[in-house]
Amino acid sequence: MSALLELQSVSQRYGDKAVVNDMSFTLQQGEIACLLGSSGCGKTTVLRCIAGFEPLAGGEIQLAGRRIASVASSVPAHLRQIGMVFQDYALFPHLNVQENVGFGLGKLGRSEREARVMAVLDVVGLAAYAQAFPHELSGGQQQRVALARALAPKPQLLLLDEPFSNLDVDLRERLSREVREILKSQGTTAILVTHDQHEAFAMADKVGVMHQGRLQQWAPPYELYHEPASRYVADFIGQGAFVPGKVTGPRCVTLELGEYCSAVPRQFADGDEVDVLLRPDDVVHDDASPVTAKVLGKVFRGSEFLYTLQLDSGQQVLAQVPSHHNHAIGEPIGIRLELDHLIAFRRQPA
Amino acid sequence: MSRLHTLVIPWLLACLIALCTIVPLGVVMLSALTPDPAIWSHLIEFTLPELFKNTAIMLLGVGAGVLLLGVSLAWLVAVYDFPGRRIFNWALMLPLAMPAYVMAFAQVGLLEFTGPVQTWLRPHFDTMRWFPEIRSSWGLVLVMSLAFYPYVYLLSRNAFATMGRRALEVGQSLGLSRSQGFWRIALPMARPWIAGGLILVVMESLADFGTVAVFNYDTFTSAIYKAWFALFSLDTAKQIASLLVMLVFVVLVLEQRSRGRRAYAQAGRAAPQPRLPLPGWRGWVATLAAGSALLLAFVIPMLQLVYWASLDFANQFSSDFLGYAWRSVSLSLIAAVLVTAIALVLAYLVRRQGSQAMRNLARVATMGYAIPGTVLAVGVFVPVAWLDNQIIAAMGWQGEVTAVLKGTLLAMLLAFVARFLAVAYSSVDTAMNRITRSHDEAARNLGYSGWALLRRVYLPLLSGGLFTGVLMVFVDVMKEMPITLMTRPFGWDTLSVRVYNMTAEGMWDQAALPAIAIVLVGLIPTILLSRQRDVA
Repeated sequence: MSALLELQSVSQRYGDKAVVNDMSFTLQQGEIACLLGSSGCGKTTVLRCIAGFEPLAGGEIQLAGRRIASVASSVPAHLRQIGMVFQDYALFPHLNVQENVGFGLGKLGRSEREARVMAVLDVVGLAAYAQAFPHELSGGQQQRVALARALAPKPQLLLLDEPFSNLDVDLRERLSREVREILKSQGTTAILVTHDQHEAFAMADKVGVMHQGRLQQWAPPYELYHEPASRYVADFIGQGAFVPGKVTGPRCVTLELGEYCSAVPRQFADGDEVDVLLRPDDVVHDDASPVTAKVLGKVFRGSEFLYTLQLDSGQQVLAQVPSHHNHAIGEPIGIRLELDHLIAFRRQPA
Repeated sequence: MSRLHTLVIPWLLACLIALCTIVPLGVVMLSALTPDPAIWSHLIEFTLPELFKNTAIMLLGVGAGVLLLGVSLAWLVAVYDFPGRRIFNWALMLPLAMPAYVMAFAQVGLLEFTGPVQTWLRPHFDTMRWFPEIRSSWGLVLVMSLAFYPYVYLLSRNAFATMGRRALEVGQSLGLSRSQGFWRIALPMARPWIAGGLILVVMESLADFGTVAVFNYDTFTSAIYKAWFALFSLDTAKQIASLLVMLVFVVLVLEQRSRGRRAYAQAGRAAPQPRLPLPGWRGWVATLAAGSALLLAFVIPMLQLVYWASLDFANQFSSDFLGYAWRSVSLSLIAAVLVTAIALVLAYLVRRQGSQAMRNLARVATMGYAIPGTVLAVGVFVPVAWLDNQIIAAMGWQGEVTAVLKGTLLAMLLAFVARFLAVAYSSVDTAMNRITRSHDEAARNLGYSGWALLRRVYLPLLSGGLFTGVLMVFVDVMKEMPITLMTRPFGWDTLSVRVYNMTAEGMWDQAALPAIAIVLVGLIPTILLSRQRDVA
């Protein structure tokens, strides 16, 4: 399998300010990727560079083995065969759904175009709305029209810029699943940009976490959660707390909560001071445990509580506890470490 | 407070205000229902064919001209970046400050046979026959296009600024080049705004009186004036006026139709996007294009006016001039305050009453802005003259008195209320809409109602809108020509009347100083408008 899209050390700047810095990744045919990061991290700029709306300040971009952008030359945006779904959808208010979707099919004959439009509308489940105007549709329907319009010309690559950010939470979850199914059924290679990690995990085969214009990690969601490559990613993805520990022997790390003994990454030596990431499910409530912690705060989540606990040293950790264990704030409860995979970083001087 | 007070008074007030528009319009339209066969056979044979032909040429030519100028300049300034763009962004609206009739005589003076351009060219050519005659339909179209393009420019620039570059990007993502994107996406999407600007231009052209007078080009407005003041046939004037009103309504209906089912809620929610740079020579071509439009439409005519005024400044800047200026300023101020006060009452009534009927009444009352001044002048004069006769008969003054209200300031002010109520109303109403229901309720809760509420809560919050309303009406009355000319009290020559009288004689240099005064006053709202609407 060959890479459909390849970015090699892509950089982009506005004036003196570097917005994207030395960004490289590859995307395989049929994969869905997601660029994840807080606002202003440069993720939308990367998308716009790929689309051809922004010139590159460094590096190059290849699509299907052909160089489409470098500092010296670039293929004009309209010849790249890259589709885009815009954040505000940018539907044409003066055209109805059918005309919007058929807009990029100017090269086809009339009957072919109509057939393609209806086929795509069928895929997104809007065949009944072909004659409607955009303002007559709900937000979710408009979003699907925008998707259909971008899919209709069969782009080699589809870009989606914060595609669900204008929708409410319920709709966002449902649509992100639907859109993934549609893209997969069409075999479309796609990149979406979002600041919402749930959306990224629901949609993407590969997720790229960006921070201050740099790609922090490019990996499948599972890996991102369980093997974060940097402190930033560990902090940004999921919940958890860093607690101090000390490497004791080749296989063990000692923490205030207890000892973890399995495999310690090779870069650490005996006696190293480390910070260990504890996810809420790594800390288990156990009345029999000798270690206790005081309940500082709790969030009820239906089937479970998320407790914020304070250890004797003042260190705080999060614990996910089945919701029939209802403890009052201030109450000490017994906890036990149940860590089956160590995520640790060398201690940073305070 | 009695029930009668709260129920009847608001409606009475609103009806009175609406009558200022309904009566003049009704008088004119009724005359269409009672046509005089003798007048009509004369009109059909001698007058109307030329009026329709001239009007059609004017509207088609000016329409094409303002579209070309307005849309292309707006696109350039809204989407691209080039040297001087920030200045052109607002400077291209400056022609709004110069009434078309001022532009007209400045350009005619520049380009006619004895003007500086031909005088300068003459030694270099054997003959000047090839030089187009400025006093012709193409000259009129040129001048009006230069004077009126800012309406299209202003509206389409705002539309392009919010969605212009985005439209290009959507097009590119669907395989369209930039120029295809302009024609197939940006232009159709901006169509409602472009059409809105175009409709304003068509209305202005239909209502124009001073420009066609300079060109001696007969349209409905000048025909009304001539029928009344040259042939002394008020009935003929009324009949022609009724035709003009019908023409205006046709335009309004066409505008409503053209929107149809396609509701263009907003051009785009996206914030204005960074502009596309035009590097190298292409940027300078853009600068040249925008610069020549600005030169032709404002700078050169302005310089010509200043030159004329300077030739004979000591003589012109006389007590006569100060008299024109004083009458213009005082008349404009009285009209502005009166019209804005009426607009405030109307807006307050609509808000307190809130019913659909009251809203419709307000719509009727503000309809006068679409009605040409010449029509309103006729429409106000006729009922006032009738009223005069009734009063004279009732008081037994026959023979001693011929006019009571006729030819007074009051009659003229009534016509201004009809014509400019919409101007004041829109700024007052905009400000009023910013006062929320909870402001009202909070004040009531604290014990204020009625006039106290208006004085303690509304007036302070509305002061900005009221100021804008007064300013806009002030400037509009200052520039206004036909109503002032046709209904002014004896001896009440204002700046615009002076301009008319001098240009009617072809004495351009004598018209320059009053014209400059009008342009300077016109600059105030134009600059305010450009600051306010400047999209970064």
